[in-house]
Parts: sequence; structure tokens; C-alpha cells
Amino acid sequence: MGVDMETALVFICGIIAAASIYLMLSGNLIRFIFGLVLATNAVNLLIFVSGRLSQTQPPLIAKDAVVPTEPLANALPQALILTAIVIGFALLTFVFILFYRTYQSLGTVDTESMRIAEPREDDGEDEANSGVNPDKPQQQEGA
Amino acid sequence: MSALPVLPVILPLKVAAITLWFRNAPDKQHRISLAGSFLHLGVCAMLFIRVVQDGIQTMQVGKWPAPFGITLIADHLSVIMVMVTAVLGFAVTLYSRAEIGSRMLKSGYYTLINILLAGVCGAFLTGDLFNLYVWFEVMLMASFGLLVLGREKQQFDGGVKYVMINLFSTLLFITGIGLLYGLTGTLNMADLHLAVQEVQNPAVLTATAAIFMTAFGIKAGIFPLFFWLPVSYHTPPVAISAILAGLLTKVGVYAMIRLFSLVFIFNISYTHGLLLISAVITMLTGVLGAAAYNEFRRILTFHIISQVGYMILGLALFTPLALAGAVFYLMHNMIVKSNLLLISGLTERISGSFELKKLGGLYRSNWFVALLFFVSAFSLAGFPPLSGFWAKLVLVRASLEIQAYGAAAAAVIVGLLTTYSMTKIWGEAFWKPRPPDSDNFDAEKKHPDIWMFLPVSMLAVLTLIIGLVPAPFLAVAEQAAHELTHPEIYVNAVLGGK
Repeated sequence: MGVDMETALVFICGIIAAASIYLMLSGNLIRFIFGLVLATNAVNLLIFVSGRLSQTQPPLIAKDAVVPTEPLANALPQALILTAIVIGFALLTFVFILFYRTYQSLGTVDTESMRIAEPREDDGEDEANSGVNPDKPQQQEGA
Repeated sequence: MSALPVLPVILPLKVAAITLWFRNAPDKQHRISLAGSFLHLGVCAMLFIRVVQDGIQTMQVGKWPAPFGITLIADHLSVIMVMVTAVLGFAVTLYSRAEIGSRMLKSGYYTLINILLAGVCGAFLTGDLFNLYVWFEVMLMASFGLLVLGREKQQFDGGVKYVMINLFSTLLFITGIGLLYGLTGTLNMADLHLAVQEVQNPAVLTATAAIFMTAFGIKAGIFPLFFWLPVSYHTPPVAISAILAGLLTKVGVYAMIRLFSLVFIFNISYTHGLLLISAVITMLTGVLGAAAYNEFRRILTFHIISQVGYMILGLALFTPLALAGAVFYLMHNMIVKSNLLLISGLTERISGSFELKKLGGLYRSNWFVALLFFVSAFSLAGFPPLSGFWAKLVLVRASLEIQAYGAAAAAVIVGLLTTYSMTKIWGEAFWKPRPPDSDNFDAEKKHPDIWMFLPVSMLAVLTLIIGLVPAPFLAVAEQAAHELTHPEIYVNAVLGGK
């Protein structure tokens, strides 16, 4: 029973990961965010499965006992996933804001047309290389 | 057991909190951060001296015994890295005083810098793989923030790409952690060293090693995973460029050295062979890529890649001498690379541009800046008797000792090509007469001030000292290499001699 569930979860992990890679590589910031969400979930599932699924007791022991008497579920992967979820959530909010501001500033969500930091040699390298020079008109404050 | 190993992490976090409190008082922020980074330097020096005198220091956080709780461990490699981090943190804090305007200070510049320092030190000092992941995240969040703090178009552009690829690398890292936990049932690095030897399924273990290699390879910027670096590192203000260039890729290198000397040493011919190929190509592509550019900072940031190649080369050869070379190279390169970027900021302040075409005549007008650049640039290229020469010498000798002639040749050729790039900057920015069309820049308005010269001179003098008296630095690096090649020392320190 437990083995079947693990196999199923492994396949689900693989499918989600494949979908997330597809979304991330599609060259669109919005799709990248969805890909990121999926990838985070795939990885969390993977950690969950790597802790082994078993039909055992929750990891609690009797009040007066020192060691558990019967097999218990592994609680560590869940603690790891919890940490990963929190971190992933923080990163996700940051990425949302960053991409939104990027869209405001550059006017595009298409990564192919984002060439300002790395201009092609023929279209005006001056624009990009004036990083700290405050005199350039095109670098207004984004706020 | 003392609390010393945790101080280099806690102190910057405290400073970060205090600067957040004073976010509307830029002047106070400058002073608090400066005091904080000076204290940090002191604490790190104490830890460094303690480790050099008494050996490895460990601390079990919350008194949970070793494989169960989180272990902090300061061995020679860790304290060397922490020490250099503190030096760079201090130098950049000094420099920020001249460069960072009050708008960025109010947006939390110093808070982010200090969180970055805490994250980097945490990554160097932790003995637990999942904890390493957490410190990576702390560091990454801070670097994300720093990279786009100026809110300029090209920063958003570079920042988005940096964030994307680094998030992906983080996901790979935690995937590797999940797989490794599934295989061994532990995440304590010393315990992993023992547990990995009992894994029944070497194929999955090798795959896991490859996942870690990719994840850290992206962070370190090795071939073929470096492309995010030249897009983003030249976009923020110079102080931020300098600290990111000095620290972030090196954390990737450190993590790689740590894991591939302690945990993944079951199939050296495969993993380290792969690293060797990658290191040589990294060195070559990095240096050739840099040759194509004509902008001060972009040349320097592209050179980070070829320098990382040298460090990975030392790890890939995996002899005590080669590892000592890698550690020495790390020490030397973090200082020199950050300093070169800070100098590029100085020349920009003087001439108003990073474009080599628009620069010129700096040798005549600012001989002191020229001298500072000369020391750092030719140290990077490996001219005797500067620090880079010894670093390269050790690596080349280590390659020759195990008949890796190709690697030795690559190291020498890349050194020569680095000289090409550095002489290009030297010739264009310092020797050539100043181009006439750049006169419209009003140099009087933004004169370089003492807060810029102070850190740059400090780091240049440090480079000179490492170059002229390399013996003590090499001795420490050799001690670090000794510990890396004898993992049982590390394991005993953590698990208490089983």
C-alpha cells in the first residue's frame, strides 16, 4: 500500500517538474512565476516522499516514556518542507513585486526583448553602460 | 564549547536591525554600520586566531547533540572565508559612505548589506546541509534586494535574470537535499560523510552529486552555467557590485569545496573529472569573454568567471597542494576582485564613465589611483611578486605534480590572457591621452573623497602584503587543505571522536 502511494507521488513529482520547466523556459515572466510555484511544490513533494511514507503512528510518545515503543512516522521531512514553504513564499512575493516593477519600468514581460543590461553591439551601447551616470535622461527614478 | 562561532553571524543581523530602526537618518546609519563592520572584523579575527591556535571550534546550537541539532563549525577553511568576508564588509562599508546616496539608505541599503554578510558568514560556518540552504536563501534575498535597489532600468533587467537563474539553482539545491536525505537519513555534513559510505545505490548517489554540482555551479558561475553573471553584476552601484563579486560566487565555490571534499568523495574519478573539464573551460571562456568588452566593469565582472575556474581547478585536482592553492586563490581573489571594482568606481567618479573609450589620461592626472589599479590588476593577472602570482604558481605546480599538463597549460595561458585584459584597461584608461569629447563632464561636482581612497588603499596594501610575505598565508591555506583531505578531523570535531 505504502509503496504504491510512493510510486504515484514520484510520477506526480516528475509531471509537475516537467510542466514547471516548460513554463519557466517559455520566455514570459508571468509564466515563469507559475513555473516557479509548480517547481517549489514538486520539490516539496520530493522531500516528503524521500522521508518514506508509512502507515504508522504520529511521532508522539507517552508522557513517562523516553523512547518510542512502536514505529513512528518520520517528522523531519515535514519540518524541512515547512521551512521550504515559508522561504518559498517569501521568495514568491519578492518575485511578484520585482516582475511587476520590471514590467512598469521596461514595459514588457517578454524576456527576449529585455536587452538593456546586455545590449547588442549595434544598437547603441551607450544607453546601457551609463549605469551610475545620473545625467542620462532615460534613467528616471522608477517610483 | 564557546559561543564564538555564532558571533560573526549574529552581529551583522543585529546591525541590520538597528539600521532599520534608523532608516530615516542616513548619517547615523553610516556610523552604526561602520562601527558594526569594525566590530565584525574584530570578532572574525578573534575566531580566526582561536582556530589557528586551538584547532577546529564547534558549537551545537541549543545544546542538541551533533547529528540531531544544527552544528556550527569553524575549521581553517571556514575561518579564512569568514575573515576575508569581514575585511570586504569593512572596506565596502567605508566606500559606501562616499557612494551611496540617502535615497538608497532610506530604502534599507545597510540593512541588506548586513543581512548579506550574516548570510555569507552563516553559510561558511554551518555544519548542516539544510542550514546551509537557509543561509543561501538569506544571502540571496539580500543580494536580490541590493541588485535592484537603485531602481534603474538596466538593474531591473539584470536583476530579473539573476533572480530567475538563482531561484532555479536554489530549487536544485533543495532537490539534492531531499534526495540525499532519502538516501542517508541525515543532513549533518559530518554524519553524511559516514552515512554516504553505506549507501547501497551508488548510481543515485552520483546523480545526487551531479545535482549539487549543478546547483553550486550556477552560484559559483562555472561553465556552462555562468551566463547570468555578466548580465547583472555591472548594473548596480559600484559598492554593491564589489561586495557581490567578492562574496557571492565564492560562497558557491566554498560550498562546492566543502561538499566535494567531505561528502561526495566516493567516485572521485567521475565527479572531480567532470569538475576538471568544467574548470578548464570556465577559465578559458571567462577570460576570452572578457576580452570582447570595452567597459571597465564588464571586463572585471567577466573575469570573475575565469578566476572561479582556477579555484574549481584546485578542487578538481584534489591533492593537498592543489586544495591549498584553491584556498589561497580564494583569499587573494576575493580581495583583489572587490578592490578592482571599487577602483573602477573611483575612475568613474573622476572621469564620469565606465566606457574605456571615454576614459584616458588618468595616469597623468591621478597617479595614486593608477598605482592602486596597477597593484590590483597585475596581481589578478599573476605578476610576481604580487599575491596572484603565488596563487597561480601553487596551482600550476599542483597540476604538474600529478601530470595534469593540460590544466597547467590552461592556467598559464589564462594568466597571460588576463594580462591582456588588464593592460587593455591600463592602456585605455590610464595611459592614453584624455579624449577631447569627454570635457563636458564636470569633475568638480563629484570629487572622489577620502572614504573612497581609504578602503581601496587598505585592500591594495593587503594584496601587497600577501604578495611580499606569502608564507604565513600559504601556511594557513595548507592547514585548511590538510583538514579538507583528512575529513576524519572534521568528523571527529563534530561528532566527538567515534
